[in-house]
Amino acid sequence: MKTICLYFEIHQNIHLKRYRFFEIGKDHYYFDDYENERGITETAERSYIPALRTFLEMTKLYGKDFKVAFSISGCALELIENYAPEVLELLQELNETGCVEFLAEPYSHGLSSLANEDVFRDEVSRQAKKMKELFGKKPTVLRNSSLIYSDDIGGLVASMGYKGMIAEGAKHILGWKSPHFLYHCNQNPNLKLLLRDYKLSDDISLRFNNSSWNEYPLFADTYMDWISQLPEDEQIVNIFMELCALGIFQPLSSNILEFIKALPAAAKQRGIVFATPSEIIARTKSVAQIDVPFPMSWNDEERDTSCWLGNVMQREAFNKLYSVAERVLICKDRRITQDWDRIQASNNFRFMTTKPMSVGMYRSFYDSPYDAFTNYMNILGDFINRVNALYPSEIENEELNALLTTIRNQGEEIEVKDKEITRLQTRLKKYEGDTEKKAPAKKAPAKKASAKAEAPAKEAPAKKAAKKAEE
Amino acid sequence: MFGWEYPPHVFGGLATANYGISQGLHALGDMETMLCLPKPFGDEDRSACKIIAMNSVPIAWRDVNYDYVQQRVGNIMSPDDYFRYRDHIYADFNYMHVNDLGAMEFAGGYPGNLTEEINNYSIIAGVVARTEQFDIIHAHDWLTYPAGIHAKQVSGRPLVIHVHATDFDRSRGNVNPTVYGIERNGMDNADCIMCVSELTRQTVINHYGQDPAKCFAMHNAVYPLAPELQAIVDQRLPYKDRKEKVITFLGRITMQKGPEYFIEAAKRVLDRTNNVRFCFAGSGDMMNAMIDMAAAYGIADRCHFPGFMKGKQVFEIFRDSDVYVMPSVSEPFGISPLEAMQSGVPSIISKQSGCAEILDKCIKTDYWDIDAMADAMYSLCTNPALHEYLQVEGKKEVDGITWEKVGERIRKLYDQVLERY
Repeated sequence: MKTICLYFEIHQNIHLKRYRFFEIGKDHYYFDDYENERGITETAERSYIPALRTFLEMTKLYGKDFKVAFSISGCALELIENYAPEVLELLQELNETGCVEFLAEPYSHGLSSLANEDVFRDEVSRQAKKMKELFGKKPTVLRNSSLIYSDDIGGLVASMGYKGMIAEGAKHILGWKSPHFLYHCNQNPNLKLLLRDYKLSDDISLRFNNSSWNEYPLFADTYMDWISQLPEDEQIVNIFMELCALGIFQPLSSNILEFIKALPAAAKQRGIVFATPSEIIARTKSVAQIDVPFPMSWNDEERDTSCWLGNVMQREAFNKLYSVAERVLICKDRRITQDWDRIQASNNFRFMTTKPMSVGMYRSFYDSPYDAFTNYMNILGDFINRVNALYPSEIENEELNALLTTIRNQGEEIEVKDKEITRLQTRLKKYEGDTEKKAPAKKAPAKKASAKAEAPAKEAPAKKAAKKAEE
Repeated sequence: MFGWEYPPHVFGGLATANYGISQGLHALGDMETMLCLPKPFGDEDRSACKIIAMNSVPIAWRDVNYDYVQQRVGNIMSPDDYFRYRDHIYADFNYMHVNDLGAMEFAGGYPGNLTEEINNYSIIAGVVARTEQFDIIHAHDWLTYPAGIHAKQVSGRPLVIHVHATDFDRSRGNVNPTVYGIERNGMDNADCIMCVSELTRQTVINHYGQDPAKCFAMHNAVYPLAPELQAIVDQRLPYKDRKEKVITFLGRITMQKGPEYFIEAAKRVLDRTNNVRFCFAGSGDMMNAMIDMAAAYGIADRCHFPGFMKGKQVFEIFRDSDVYVMPSVSEPFGISPLEAMQSGVPSIISKQSGCAEILDKCIKTDYWDIDAMADAMYSLCTNPALHEYLQVEGKKEVDGITWEKVGERIRKLYDQVLERY
């Protein structure tokens, strides 16, 4: 029985604003709120809402015969919560039908998996927590930003307890192998890999409305014929794309939603079913391990990381950004962690690419890659200054960590003592209550009270010291 | 080909362009170029073209012997040519200021009586056109358009004119009617108009009312650096050893080049950092105003005005610069950013310059966008990665822009013109 795994990425970049170098140190707000609101509202209206409504209808029509998976980046979630809450409602409504799975992914949609293990763990756990809060279930399958995957990332993800991961079925990795099987990571066989069929995925997301394509116009029946005609033992077809493909890359006028809506019926006729990633992982056996020594992704013809880290500027920005990673992780300042998430987004690096593009590239408001780099470095300069102002750069990270641990320990100690005090005070009151009843015995409680009065007085200076250290 | 100046006696960008085009055409192998110059000095490179000294072409009959001519003008014209031209005098020009050889003197360069010189040049062109055999006439810049028209009328050969600049660029819109008249007349009579950029092409189409079908953009190129210049450029200190960054403006300090925007941007950069210096290499009518402006902003200690640079000095300046800026308000082409990039200096150029159309590995801003310009300057001075990228890639890009390719494209247009003619 052939199984289709349909997955959609929901991600919107939080746009940086034009930030000149003379604003460094003066202005700590980096985002273009107008553009963000406009962008997400437009995407929601033209793509997310109509597409999600269609999925809802499909679940009503086909019940459990239709399954779909989503992943939402933290950045997109913030935008959706602020400007397009309707999208979130639709997602929750879909979630209640039980036909949907939500995947984990790094909160920022950034490149932390290539830079810093701790940042990656932290990001993923925060996004997973958010998924749990919103949809009531902790994700068990992870997808990395733009499907970046390598052996090391696989090992790391496995150690975080995830059962599966989705990745690109890149030709240079698979070679003669087919993406229509379940594979596993070569560092940990417990981590299963679902590989994207880029041909079938791009047929929808890139070519659907292209009238010069020889398969145009594409119908659900033809599409399902292709799948049913695959060799007998090739059982899994992974169709992954951005949700924007429905409505923005391929306009609604191309009737793409009608096409999607017709898929389950056409599939049923041919005995093809739909499943979510975790269902596939649970019921299928992995056929082999996959070796990916260098990171691959679903971007560009090369399917590697060259569109984010291809030139010296991108690498410089990347290294500078993650040079403060450890400090930001220690930091508890909410504004810093929020900015950290947003400036990490891989889109910011994409704008700096100097690769020749066969298709027109979206560069936001930037004139050129140099412009994007300059703007980003200005923002990064200010951000790093803020982090350094919090913790002076002369102090080594380890030393800083030790100091912070001491402070934390002291805090815990104080907490314990505070509890002790309240406990004793309640006991004291109890005693006093007793003594009022027994009028003659006055002396003993009075002594105890004075002893307790001393204790808090001693702790006060300790608290002050702790505060100083924090500053 | 009619030109006004030629290396090594350079007054502006025109000389380099003339040289490049003749070299590019020469490289094709089957082309012969005769270049008419008003006042050659005799030390020009004659490998690519035959130079005709217009100040030695007789327009009035004088009975002189071979040795006398040899002794008078032998260094710029052979007496044989002199006698050939003397046989083709077409009218009596004795009423003009002719000398003992029956020729007219030129001051050279761009003197005050320019219109008179242009007129003289075109009279002489009549003699040359009657003497020589040629297939096509190519006139460079408005000074030589009348000569081109005259030659066309005499010989019946097609006229190609090459627009290196228009008066709209030089005057920010307040055109000189005489100049406009000459330019317009030249364009109206031309069979093909080559413009140094699409920007200029649009000016020619919109302001001179020319048929777009006969206007073509023909971008300039650069020559690979001569070994002695390369040696100068190679002395550059590595980025990390250059404690003080130098940002350079190079060109005439006139309204067209937008020097005031450079100062405004400099002010913004210096508000932030103090290890940057600004260099104004060039002279012009706005120089004093610029010095005043720098002083008024209190940045005069960081702004340097070394004056007009030429030849080797230009490359010495490039060697010591970290950033080159060309904030031109209107620049038909602008060859100096190409030279800067050739010397490994990343460039910031205004979008209103013609070379922006063919350059990719440089930063482009609007000339009025001082903030963007300052931002780019600051970024290049503080981010080694950007500097390195533009340095390496910029050089690669410019090395691919050669006069040989321009020569080929010009040749193609010649063929088209001749076919239609």
